[in-house]
Amino acid sequence: MNAVPISWYLIVAAALFCIGLYGLLSRRNAVAMLMAVELSLNAVNLNLVAFWRYVDPGRPAGIAWAIFVLTVAAAEAAVGLALVISIYRQRDSVVTEELDVLKY
Amino acid sequence: MQIVFIIVSAVTLFAGIQTVSNRNLFHAALYMMLSFLGVAVLYGMLESAFMAATQLLVYIGAISILVIFAIMMTRRLMQATEPAFNSQWQWGGVASMLLFVLFVTVISQVFVVNPNVQGAFFPPAADEAIRNSVVDLGVSFVSADQYVLAFELASVLLLVALVGAIIVARPDVPDNEMEEAVVVEVVESAEMEAELVEVEAAEEEPTEAVPGGH
Amino acid sequence: MCVDSENVLCTLDFGPILRSLFPNASPALAEALVDIISIITVSTFCLLIVIFLIWLERKVIARMQDRIGPNRVGGRFGLGQTVADVAKLLTKEFVTPYGADKAAYNIAPFLIVMTALLMWAVMPFTANMVGVDLNIGLFYILSISSVSVVCLLLAGWGSNNKYALLGAFRSVAQLVSYEVPMVISLLVPIILARTMSLNGIAEAQVIPYLFVVPVSALIFYISALAETGRTPFDLLEAESEIVAGFHVEYGGMKFGMFFLAEFVSTLFMSALFATIYLGGYRFMIWEALIGPTPAILELVMFFVKMFAVYFVFIWVRATFPRVRIDQMLNFNWKFLVPLVLVLILSTALVDGLFVGQDETSAWHFWRIVAHLGFNLLIGSGALIWARRNAAARGVAKPEESMRVQAGALVEGADPHGHDDHGHHDDHHGQTAAVPAHD
Repeated sequence: MNAVPISWYLIVAAALFCIGLYGLLSRRNAVAMLMAVELSLNAVNLNLVAFWRYVDPGRPAGIAWAIFVLTVAAAEAAVGLALVISIYRQRDSVVTEELDVLKY
Repeated sequence: MQIVFIIVSAVTLFAGIQTVSNRNLFHAALYMMLSFLGVAVLYGMLESAFMAATQLLVYIGAISILVIFAIMMTRRLMQATEPAFNSQWQWGGVASMLLFVLFVTVISQVFVVNPNVQGAFFPPAADEAIRNSVVDLGVSFVSADQYVLAFELASVLLLVALVGAIIVARPDVPDNEMEEAVVVEVVESAEMEAELVEVEAAEEEPTEAVPGGH
Repeated sequence: MCVDSENVLCTLDFGPILRSLFPNASPALAEALVDIISIITVSTFCLLIVIFLIWLERKVIARMQDRIGPNRVGGRFGLGQTVADVAKLLTKEFVTPYGADKAAYNIAPFLIVMTALLMWAVMPFTANMVGVDLNIGLFYILSISSVSVVCLLLAGWGSNNKYALLGAFRSVAQLVSYEVPMVISLLVPIILARTMSLNGIAEAQVIPYLFVVPVSALIFYISALAETGRTPFDLLEAESEIVAGFHVEYGGMKFGMFFLAEFVSTLFMSALFATIYLGGYRFMIWEALIGPTPAILELVMFFVKMFAVYFVFIWVRATFPRVRIDQMLNFNWKFLVPLVLVLILSTALVDGLFVGQDETSAWHFWRIVAHLGFNLLIGSGALIWARRNAAARGVAKPEESMRVQAGALVEGADPHGHDDHGHHDDHHGQTAAVPAHD
């Protein structure tokens, strides 16, 4: 019934990861860069869950690691956005190209 | 099933492209949510309802909200007519295209050229394993020979991130207390939610302990 | 008594009947058709019952406030009042304000109704009448309800109105904050029942969990009040303060959809409370005395319990004044969350004592006693602590606050109070007797 081979999932995940990478490399706004990182982490999770289901559905290793990735993503988003807001308060800018002074 | 997969992944990827290219940051965040939703549907097609629900709860319900809050707090910048991309965006595009080509090459080497490799196609049945996967996951998080160390480290990480985010985001002069209160609340609750995912998994443990206790 | 498994009234399992309607369709197609018909039935029920709920709410609140309530439209009890209101909303013009973010503004009402309806998919009306009995049912409900937060932000941002945006900020702060105690308090019945499926939780109750873990039930109820934005937590649409919260720019049926979603999710919270803490569709006395309940009676029990809980929602709305946003957040983060964390810890520890033993009736009895005892201990301890804490800050000594109110009343009623020419002395004397409170 489910005739989708695993390679399709992997290609979708790879495409999503590369889209996220492109966003990370090309955006100026720090919030937009964080959004791109979240996309990439999603792609990683999709890979993990796809491998869990296709290769080893009997053991929870894939899902467990996906949950850990998710935890790290949540922590990263919280700290990253807190940093962005803190920088915005002090420098009135969230454009990464303008944040090139080590000491302010 | 293939048609559903193609539609869902097309929507996901389109939303992803919009996320990284839309000039309106708020719309970009909305497209990011759509992309997360598409990934949740893919999880559903992979028969992992738990991951789909977690995706909704953590990514759409917490992280997206955080991102939108951050966008709104820095919103003066969104109306500026300055460019959305930096000076190296072409090189970024080339690099990610190259990486994508590399990925596709590797995947096709393994799974398309040699289609009979283990796990290339959807394993049939395995209904029992799917139904018990949530319980297995919970047990694996608290059993000493599996992921208990990583699990505890993750909770410590969340606690550290929680405290750190509050300290970093707290202004030195509390001139705008309302705004700060909202930030702190949202940051805290995002952390709590992520932690809850673990609690939900952790409390599955007694289920297994009942037969184990005999 | 119900021994005839073919009788539809006994099982309320409409699947076979529906399937017999499509004898020529292929099995997959027939299943899809059955699913579609069930989805349409459940969502139509949820949408139509709102007409009755609004009438009920207005009538009950009117009675509690010593009024009559709607009594003109549609017969003696004003039963047609809501129908007329809906017709009015439906015939209004669709307006999109100038400068609004069109996509966000127009998607938000649909999305919020969708999330309100999606939650009913896992609700067991009887043992057989359940959309899909997910093994992660409660988790599914929580994840769907967290999506509804997004709709508020969409509406607030899309309206291009700073009051709407402010209202959305408030709403999100409230909803996200109260999600924490709600989720953790729901973990308590999950621990007791050893499952997250709603059907499983209903089946696992020997006596209703309300009488086993009352503190958890109370915390869930308070959080549900806040999650659905009802009085005393109706800061979302505090008419007198922030015009109407995040939906200030909505009119006609777009506003009606927010209204609809609020009622549907309130009814859902009632049904959830009834299922988790009151046993849902089960008629436990009948089960103990007579035997298996017929499904029609299960359905009746479900509705009786759901509307009993809903009545308490209305009662609370007619009784309590609105809280301020700082009180609301303080109450959540400084009282409910610590309390519920202590509760979940103690529940896990207590229940750990009962793991791995034979489930005899004595086991059930001692388990219930232990949980109830710990709950009452924690609940009363928290109340005493809160009272002492409040007294230390000088805010909630009942006798003093009574005196303040009485003083204020006398002051307001005194015709000389507004008189600038004299009586300043006894006016000041009166207020000086009242302790200063900020």
